[in-house]
Amino acid sequence: MRTPKKRRLYLVLLGSLCFGAAVALTLAAFSSTLTYFLSPRQVEAQSPPVGQSFRLGGIVEAGSVHTTVAGETPTTHFDITDGRAAVPVSFTGVLPDLFREGQGVVAIGAMAPDRTFAADEVLAKHGAAYMPKDVEEELRKSGKWNPKYGPPPSAASWNDLPVKAGS
Amino acid sequence: MPYERGMNEEVLPVMRSKSGGWLHYLANPARFMRVAVPALPWLTVVSVLLCAVGIVWGYQFAPADWEQGDAARIMYVHVPAAWVAMAGYAALAVCSLFSIVWRHPLADIAAEEIGPVGAGFTAVCLVSGSLWGKPMWGAYWVWDARLTSVLILFFLYLGHVALIRAFDNKAHAYRAAAILALAGAVNLPIIVFSVQWWNTLHQGNTISLSGGSKIYVTMLYPLLISTLGFYLAFITMVVARVAAAINERKLAAALLAAALHAAEEERT
Repeated sequence: MRTPKKRRLYLVLLGSLCFGAAVALTLAAFSSTLTYFLSPRQVEAQSPPVGQSFRLGGIVEAGSVHTTVAGETPTTHFDITDGRAAVPVSFTGVLPDLFREGQGVVAIGAMAPDRTFAADEVLAKHGAAYMPKDVEEELRKSGKWNPKYGPPPSAASWNDLPVKAGS
Repeated sequence: MPYERGMNEEVLPVMRSKSGGWLHYLANPARFMRVAVPALPWLTVVSVLLCAVGIVWGYQFAPADWEQGDAARIMYVHVPAAWVAMAGYAALAVCSLFSIVWRHPLADIAAEEIGPVGAGFTAVCLVSGSLWGKPMWGAYWVWDARLTSVLILFFLYLGHVALIRAFDNKAHAYRAAAILALAGAVNLPIIVFSVQWWNTLHQGNTISLSGGSKIYVTMLYPLLISTLGFYLAFITMVVARVAAAINERKLAAALLAAALHAAEEERT
């Protein structure tokens, strides 16, 4: 028997299904524009034209950071990598506090004629791991992780590591 | 003050239709009042205590993060607020489903009262995240998928709050608002998976139910306590608001009945 309640329930279910499918298709279609930044590999594949603004994201390659100071403003050169490709970046200005080798960053700018990325702004992307300083030192000393070379190892190996009292 | 049933307000006979008879049983406003109102003081005390313990532990005694330092402590407010904002919207969607399909009076009231509370938690999440973003990322706001979808959640809450109060005919208001709430529920999986589906500036999930959480134990415990406190605080606020709304309706009905009675007497 079809009660009004059942009819309404089916209507809601059908409506949700259609609406959900519409949103899913829209998101799939706009997927590339919803991406906040391009990775170096995507930059290599798409080779964006010189002067066209986009965001470049990845890890600051260890040993690639060089800062030169002209007058008052520092200019920093570094490579952003995703492990497979790397893009050289130059940035004039003050970098965020979390900027370091091995840190995830997002740079906003455009390709310069020499195929380096001229950044107007650099944002630090924080990782998902939270640990006290003692644990980080412990991992570094035991050679299990060096923050310079990317994200920390599997959390199970450190998230209940015994540390000194007071932390 | 415990709720007592008045003389002339019998519990309406429960409709025991084949489908969802138990739903009618649970969703009876009088029964809700008998259970919820005595529970309110307890809920209030426990939620305030848990929030206080979680936040004081997190801000005073938990270790600072090795990289972010003390700024990481924003998570003891930001993360619970974000979770509660999303769970609150899920509750709003469930109430809307009951409201639109089974026309439950209690679901109508609950949907009306969840909106402002959920919007408040979403605002706490957005503001705390923004204050953390400036020193850590270097920007108060970026239009990445996670931040944008949570901003949309905030607007959905505000839209629901406005819509459900925008009609003179309450039945129309509940139906229109329920459709908005159900359509907006599609945003919830987008918020949850935004950090996996797209490159975002916002970090990925730290806490995972299916695997190791990427957080040190002495930082995890205060976070969990604070989360429990935020959930209970949300429930307390909604229950108090629903109880007040039921009383308001009862009062209005009693006043109307008294006025009708007086008019009747005058005529005879």
